[in-house]
Amino acid sequence: MADAVLFEFLHTEMVAELWARDPDPGPGGQKMNLSVLEGMGFRVGQALGERLPREMLAFREELDVLKFLCKDLWVAVFQKQMDSLRTNHQATSLPQGTYVLQDNSFPLLIRMASGLQYLEEAPKFLAFTCGLLRGTLSTLGVKSLVTASVAALPTCKFQVVIQKS
Amino acid sequence: MSRPAHRRPEYRKINKDLFVLTYGALVAQLCKDYEKDEDVNKYLDKMGYGIGTRLVEDFLARSCVRRCHSYSEIIDIIAQVAFKMYLGITPSVTCNNSGRSEFSLILDKNPLVEFVEELPAGRSSLCYCNLLCGIIRGALEMVHLAADVTFLQDRLKGDSVTEIGITFLKKLDEKKYRRKK
Repeated sequence: MADAVLFEFLHTEMVAELWARDPDPGPGGQKMNLSVLEGMGFRVGQALGERLPREMLAFREELDVLKFLCKDLWVAVFQKQMDSLRTNHQATSLPQGTYVLQDNSFPLLIRMASGLQYLEEAPKFLAFTCGLLRGTLSTLGVKSLVTASVAALPTCKFQVVIQKS
Repeated sequence: MSRPAHRRPEYRKINKDLFVLTYGALVAQLCKDYEKDEDVNKYLDKMGYGIGTRLVEDFLARSCVRRCHSYSEIIDIIAQVAFKMYLGITPSVTCNNSGRSEFSLILDKNPLVEFVEELPAGRSSLCYCNLLCGIIRGALEMVHLAADVTFLQDRLKGDSVTEIGITFLKKLDEKKYRRKK
């Protein structure tokens, strides 16, 4: 069985590799590198979504899909559940169709020091996962935009905005 | 007591698939960025090297292997412990020279290519799994062993087996070899 660490090591190397090519890409270049990582995550998320057993995927409503991401997908991919899920019912500042998923000890950030030291680097380590979420949602028939933010490592928040077609 | 959630079989499969799929996406991206197969191969090897230098620590922490006294012992550990631990397979080992410094790992199954039927068009020289060579090379270097690691045969290229060749470049300290007289 491929250990979870293999994926973590590969992910770290991918982030390092994409930045090594152009250490100072400037804002336009940085965006492109992040979107390359996000795009890869998207394709992987789609493929993962296709492999999920069908019984797992009987969703009655949108919230069930999000709960699935927080529990089943997160456990399968990161061996832990998402720590909190906020919807516009609990936080009226959130528009409908926007969900905030918070992980208080996100495994891909854990190896970096906690706190504020590597805050600037954090987005590079979240781009792939944003794509992964977006890709899995896409296979489940949900179009979305996923962004992530970090206030202090290793806590991060993923914001999922459902796109109504 | 029920098993912890992440140990359930369907989750373990997703976890294994995650690495294999991510690797596939990486190779696809490198093929987009580099026209020449040699360049993709080189980058995969380089990335593998980076991973190997760190993976070896993880491996030593998990496996408590004894100190090795010969290259064959090291190769056996790579094949029977490391490959098993990280990829769930146990390649068979052959020794290719009388000096016992050149070996081959024969991979019967290869999880990395589970979702790959054939090499992409126009990529006949691509060493799809070259990351593995870099990983082995990087890991060995961290334990002070220099080695050349390349694919000698590749099922994806039409060979009958997939074979990784490992050639140790320097002699181990001779004291460790010498039998008691």
